[in-house]
Amino acid sequence: MDGRRRGRPGAALSTSRQQVRAAARRRRARRRTAVSAISTVVVLGALATWILTAPGWPSVRETFFSVHDFRESFPDVLKGFWLDIKLFVIVEVVVLALGLVLALVRTTRTAALFPFRALAAVFCDVMRGIPTILLVYLVGFGVLALDLDGLPTDPLVLGGAALALSYSAYVAEVYRSGIDSVHPTQMAGALALGLTRAQALRFVIVPQAIRRVIPPLLNDFIALQKDVALISILGPQEAFRIAQIDASSNFIYTPLVSVALLYLLVTIPLARLVDHLQARSRRSRGGAVAL
Amino acid sequence: MSDVVLEVRGVTKAYGERQVLRGIDLSVREHGAIALIGASGSGKSTLLRCIDLLEDIDDGDVLLDGEVITDPSVAPLAVRRQLGMVFQAFNLFPHLTVLQNLVLAPVRAHGVPRAEAEERARELLERFGLAGRERDYPDRLSGGQQQRVAIARALATQPRALLLDEITSALDPELVGEILHLVADLKAGGMTMLIATHEMGFAREVADEVCFLHEGAIVERGSAEHMFAAPEHPETQKFLRRLLDAGRL
Repeated sequence: MDGRRRGRPGAALSTSRQQVRAAARRRRARRRTAVSAISTVVVLGALATWILTAPGWPSVRETFFSVHDFRESFPDVLKGFWLDIKLFVIVEVVVLALGLVLALVRTTRTAALFPFRALAAVFCDVMRGIPTILLVYLVGFGVLALDLDGLPTDPLVLGGAALALSYSAYVAEVYRSGIDSVHPTQMAGALALGLTRAQALRFVIVPQAIRRVIPPLLNDFIALQKDVALISILGPQEAFRIAQIDASSNFIYTPLVSVALLYLLVTIPLARLVDHLQARSRRSRGGAVAL
Repeated sequence: MSDVVLEVRGVTKAYGERQVLRGIDLSVREHGAIALIGASGSGKSTLLRCIDLLEDIDDGDVLLDGEVITDPSVAPLAVRRQLGMVFQAFNLFPHLTVLQNLVLAPVRAHGVPRAEAEERARELLERFGLAGRERDYPDRLSGGQQQRVAIARALATQPRALLLDEITSALDPELVGEILHLVADLKAGGMTMLIATHEMGFAREVADEVCFLHEGAIVERGSAEHMFAAPEHPETQKFLRRLLDAGRL
């Protein structure tokens, strides 16, 4: 404080004005906090009252939020959810690889690859155009009905294949938008150095493209993680299927709620990770994120 | 004729209706340098891109060491591996470090062992005042440093000739000098160069011959002294007067 007073003639005055301003800022901040706290209590209180006074609430609490049923069913549900997670990881790896192949085939100009290019375009259109649940049905029961030697008959494998087909079409488009977003001067620079087109893609274009599309890729991760529950329609004992059996045979719905909680446990951290990565890539312009 | 490295004979090129090159003839001798000057859109950059086979030409020929390279039967890859090109916007690879930028082509396109390529890259960087920046990413460097890296990258493949495309146009004026000196040093070291430029310092200090392009044709050529002191063609006079008025001569 002494140091400031020894400054210009107006220094003492400006110090007291600074104090006044700081006090005003603190008052404003306190008022904002108070208002948002009150508003939160009022809104949440109204919502809770609305639900808790609903005529059906006692029976909903018993069927959906029973602690006893939760304890009873949770081990089975958790075991089923573990199957979901395993399937998700395997399908995701297939999707990331297949999607990149599709995107690369669609961006090449090699004449010999023309039929593959056309096929890849049709594949993406068809797979993205059919609802995923329908695709799971069609692959799950259709391939089984073909009765071909060598084709898998396990509903888990067929359901996983259907999900992989559907999601690699989406992921291929994400990769492709990344590849298109790399400026053409990068390709010119690589070719001028004497690299082949394939080398330019592999060492220059694709690495930059993938860095740019990591957030949208993770979004598709989250969507796939949830859609794994669709294979329940083919019969595998995954979490939703187990909860559903409980619901339809005993009329208890608490297991469904515990499945929902398990999904949130995985998807919310993933969503935060996406936010974090997006914020980071915004900070470093040009997508040169060193990963 | 034997010491002519690059020869351009009657090259024409059109983008749709627009004729960008109208019969260009020039030849660059070994250890020689030619500066291409002219207004924006006069065809300088297009000519360089055609020589590096990044664009197809419509008519005429380009010869490298006496061999026609613009014949459709010639593999562009082999030609590009003998030429080095530096771009206005540097075109460095932002996801690779400075050293990786320099090593990529020698290792992948020329089959040079990695250790050898890295050693040569370090030598080049040191020569260009970039020692210690090997592990930096390009966006950590100033514009002048980035362009020096780009020139080093083009030299890392030991090209027969260097094509410089407006390499100072994206730089702040105070950074032009360092690039100019570097290119003058390369010329003194015997590098064969074709330089498209708005920077008359290149024409004056580096080039053996200056070609003035106007609407896709070379309308006047000669030594720098001749071009700047006594230009004959009215378009050259107009162009140089504009530069003079802008204080860039």
